[in-house]
Amino acid sequence: MEAIVKQLFPLVVLFGAATAAFGVVMIIVAYTVLAERKVLGWIQGRIGPNRVGPWGMMQPFADLLKFILKEDIVPDKSTKFVYFLAPIVAVTCALMPMIVYPFGPAITSIDLSFLPYGLGNGIRQIPLTIGQIDVGVLFVLGITSVGVYGIALAGWSSNNKYSLMGGLRSSAQLISYELAMGASVIGVVMLAGTLDLNGIIYAQIQSPFRLYIIPQFIGFVVFLIAAFAETNRVPFDLPEAETELVAGFHTEYSALKFALFFMGEYVNMFTVSVMATTLFLGGWYFPGLSYIFEVGSVPYALLSAGIFILKICAFLFFYIWVRGTLPRFRFDQLMNFGWKFLLPVALGNVILTIVIVYFLNR
Amino acid sequence: MITSALFFLFAGLAIACAISLVYHKNPLYSAISLVGVLISLACIYVMLAAPFIAAVQILIYAGAIMVLVVFVIMLLNLDDDKPINRLRHLYVFGGIMGVVLLAQTFFIFYAVNRAPKQAVVDTTETVGNTLSIGAGMYTEYLLPVEIVGILLLMAVVGSVMLARRLEQPQLELVVDSELEKRGEGELEDEYRIRL
Amino acid sequence: MEPSLATYLALSGILFTIGATGVIFKRNALGMFMCIELMLNAVNLTFVAFSRYYGDVTGQLFVFMVMSVAAAEAAVGLGIIIAFFRNRLSIDTDDASIMKN
Repeated sequence: MEAIVKQLFPLVVLFGAATAAFGVVMIIVAYTVLAERKVLGWIQGRIGPNRVGPWGMMQPFADLLKFILKEDIVPDKSTKFVYFLAPIVAVTCALMPMIVYPFGPAITSIDLSFLPYGLGNGIRQIPLTIGQIDVGVLFVLGITSVGVYGIALAGWSSNNKYSLMGGLRSSAQLISYELAMGASVIGVVMLAGTLDLNGIIYAQIQSPFRLYIIPQFIGFVVFLIAAFAETNRVPFDLPEAETELVAGFHTEYSALKFALFFMGEYVNMFTVSVMATTLFLGGWYFPGLSYIFEVGSVPYALLSAGIFILKICAFLFFYIWVRGTLPRFRFDQLMNFGWKFLLPVALGNVILTIVIVYFLNR
Repeated sequence: MITSALFFLFAGLAIACAISLVYHKNPLYSAISLVGVLISLACIYVMLAAPFIAAVQILIYAGAIMVLVVFVIMLLNLDDDKPINRLRHLYVFGGIMGVVLLAQTFFIFYAVNRAPKQAVVDTTETVGNTLSIGAGMYTEYLLPVEIVGILLLMAVVGSVMLARRLEQPQLELVVDSELEKRGEGELEDEYRIRL
Repeated sequence: MEPSLATYLALSGILFTIGATGVIFKRNALGMFMCIELMLNAVNLTFVAFSRYYGDVTGQLFVFMVMSVAAAEAAVGLGIIIAFFRNRLSIDTDDASIMKN
């Protein structure tokens, strides 16, 4: 009995942590949808939704109810298996990176000896990341690359020429800009010396600049532009603009499957905001906090996690702000920009960083 | 116990996706099955303490190469394989060959189990991570890395040459000569493909 | 039963066999290409398993090279398939027989 409990305890902890992270991500994403409508309303000189609760706070629940109760229409000649698989792939690949999000610093002050069977004996610290993978950055980039399948398969399986064109255009845009995104991250990884997201935050704390946005400003701008393209947001949202290809790759999806795509897009935004915060803005680090609270205690960890969420919300606000401000690119302008301007700039940044790091380490 | 349960889960998934790859006649289903195999193998690499190779497999193989294959399938709008009338005894030969290869697999299993056991070198911390791979790549194995760079350059130049759109007079020359060999007339307009 | 080196090699052998059977039985050029990729992946698994059990990083570096070669092969192979398709409108390999018997 004790052996089984000892074997299963890490799994139980893992599932509990994953559920908690999933809950946090879902709540933030739901309120991002509401925030987008309200902020766009303010930019456009009107009030957003304000009927459903005070300031429209219950609107996400109303939206969820609407999506669940709508009629689910499946086109007759579509390839059924691939049609059902596409939103599942999109949402899974959007949610998987939550395993490596560095929510906060490790808690070292709790004594876990109250757990039975001696489970808490060897544990020195409770990390606030679900999985500490050595190659966190590559993991997130890889899962984002696999997320392209959701869009391509959705466009193809709908048996609709506009969906197919929208899906192919969207996938082409995604695979073009993920190169620039990866290249812009290389500079940060070189300065930090590790691919682990927590390690990058610790390296930022110990570096003379405190935030990698200062030495890697070009990388930051390239990452941000590539991130807008990766999540199909304005100014790169031609494949799903209403006036262009009906609704692009998700034309034929209704009710809950459309809700999955919609949610997948916002979770992608969240993922990219987390990456931008961690790699360039120092993640959960706030300069004066270690003087007020002791490093490794619970209040320090919780406040740092709160700072992290605040920085992410700032990025999400920036996304919504840009949506209300800029017009969209035409598709050939978009592809030209990605391959002929952004990728060379990102590679130039890498070469510049290599040269500077080499001469600094001599 | 958990390690072996996970291993059998991922191994079973890999084999199921591989059989599905060979079984389906529709090339898109085969492509999706191959992505399933790649992801299961990436999970197995993580179990073998090779996280960098697992991440690179997902990033490059499942995320770039297979996306390219799926694009080609969608753009060319390929149909299913047509049923063919193969000679029956070819199936028997194929089956015998498959059984022979499988028997070799189990023989390897038996031979490795019978070999004198070597203690598993516990280098989990140093072998699979990015630092050791990078160190190996640029010190001892620099020549293969450079050759791979030139190989990729060749691949880029080759694929641009192969997939370029021929000028219209040249294209008509190719198609006309092919049609003469087959003894047909001109292609109607709807069959002119622009890719 | 802890998976030992032999288990990983057996899995690799099974995947290789399935890939080889696929190459022989498929008529579609893309299907054959995908079965070749399956065989390459089976070999990658062998390399990584040996690298783990002998503590040498050479295996994983070789996997890297194999992956790069597979990427190059994919690019050029798909270019050839597209060029083939443009002339014949099908990628059935039995149609690629303009040499008479």
